[in-house]
Amino acid sequence: MSDTNLMTRPTPVTTEPRLARHILIGTVVTLIAALLFAPLMAVFAEALRQGWAASFEGLTSPDARAAMRLTLIVAAVVVPLNAVFGIAAAWAITRFDFRGKAFLITLIDLPFSVSPVVAGLALVLLFGANSWLGAWLIDHDLRIVFAFPGILLATLFVTFPFVARELIPVMMEQGRAEEEAALTLGAGGWRIFFTVTLPNIRWALLYGVLLCNARAMGEFGAVAVVSGKIRGETTTMPIMIEMLYNEYLSVAAFSLAAALALLALVTLLLKSLLEWRYADLLAITRRH
Amino acid sequence: MFVEIEEIAKEFGTGRALHPVSLSIPSGALIALLGPSGSGKTTLLRILAGLEFPTSGRVLFDGRDATGLSVQERRAGFVFQHYALFRHMTIFENVAYGLRARKRRERPTEAEIGRRVNRLLELIQLPDIGARYPGQLSGGQRQRVALARALAIEPRMLLLDEPFGALDARVRKELRQGLREIHDTTGLTTVFVTHDQDEAMELADLVVVMSMGRIEQVGRPADIRARPASDFVRSFTAA
Repeated sequence: MSDTNLMTRPTPVTTEPRLARHILIGTVVTLIAALLFAPLMAVFAEALRQGWAASFEGLTSPDARAAMRLTLIVAAVVVPLNAVFGIAAAWAITRFDFRGKAFLITLIDLPFSVSPVVAGLALVLLFGANSWLGAWLIDHDLRIVFAFPGILLATLFVTFPFVARELIPVMMEQGRAEEEAALTLGAGGWRIFFTVTLPNIRWALLYGVLLCNARAMGEFGAVAVVSGKIRGETTTMPIMIEMLYNEYLSVAAFSLAAALALLALVTLLLKSLLEWRYADLLAITRRH
Repeated sequence: MFVEIEEIAKEFGTGRALHPVSLSIPSGALIALLGPSGSGKTTLLRILAGLEFPTSGRVLFDGRDATGLSVQERRAGFVFQHYALFRHMTIFENVAYGLRARKRRERPTEAEIGRRVNRLLELIQLPDIGARYPGQLSGGQRQRVALARALAIEPRMLLLDEPFGALDARVRKELRQGLREIHDTTGLTTVFVTHDQDEAMELADLVVVMSMGRIEQVGRPADIRARPASDFVRSFTAA
């Protein structure tokens, strides 16, 4: 009797009925298609509305090329800096007990809670010509606001939390035991960092770096305030896109927008490739 | 190596983990620090390893003051409670870690490292697991690998924090025997922490009973059973 009962329940108890599963999956797929995929496709469609040639022309104009160069340079400087800051911050917070730790964690989150425009304005107030510091800097021929350093600072500020936020929970969960073990085996600080700490956080670090990179290339609000929008000099890709759009140059605007979206997609693709390539090792090392 | 602990005390923030305690550990002995959780036994072990520093007091190795020595300089083989194996390294690399971490001129050649690691894997009776990862081993196997990794640095003493705590009863018994054998072959001064009085009594030459940051009694298992020094020792070892 009991045997036949078992036979009629072949599915695991945690599985939902077939209909519920289909509805859930269907809803998610529809939402993703409507809210994420369709707008992205619209950007690419608009970019190519007058054909590849027109779109290509929009991308190769001197101003557009300068904007792309600036965006890539900003990302290339900001991402490594924030990776280092993020690792240092996560290390300090998860490995040491000190006064003011809770305050430091709040401080790291500050860029998430403050509007980017406010962050940009703060930089203008601090380094602008009307401030004491700004005037002194200008006297010494150091321009911060409406110049490359300002854009860099604004982007640094806005993207600061990404790496640290990814690393802190992972490092908390892993604890100090492996590092202590390495200490008792005679390893010094740097060796421990490169052979024990870094390999254990590499996936979280990669994810944080990708998010940081995406935001660094895409940041609009804070950069818009400090950039001054000097064509070919202080316009990043998002700023350039807005300027072109306001000038009704929609093919050029959408072509640049499509290029920006592609940059983000390439980083996502890279991450997926890495995960796929190292899937076996990931499975082994997480199951501990 | 013989170890002397002189009036060691440890405070954490507001609490006192260890009142001044003193203890002599003869060379080559197998010692158990026995006590309930919060008795200060793990703190004492970590102070011996150099993972914590005492608030006051001294530690002497072979009569020399070692209180200020760093973890690395102490060369104590340490087996952690949950083993703390490097999860992204193979077992071979785990065991070889301490050898590779040596300064260049003291570092053995690659061939020598291979020989030593394999010899240690044979010692713990797991000769064929070098290529596997910690996540692929059972609890008992991990414990033995942790022991091999600690032995690889040719330690001056062996310190084990609840080495059998996370294992089931049958594996525990086997590994107890294994530890005894390894201790007897290497002749290393060995200190292990446990809250299991059977384990302490069966395995150790000398048992140190601790409670509330104090040493209640030091003695051979039979003596502690026969003449408990306090009510606490009597009730704790009678269980």
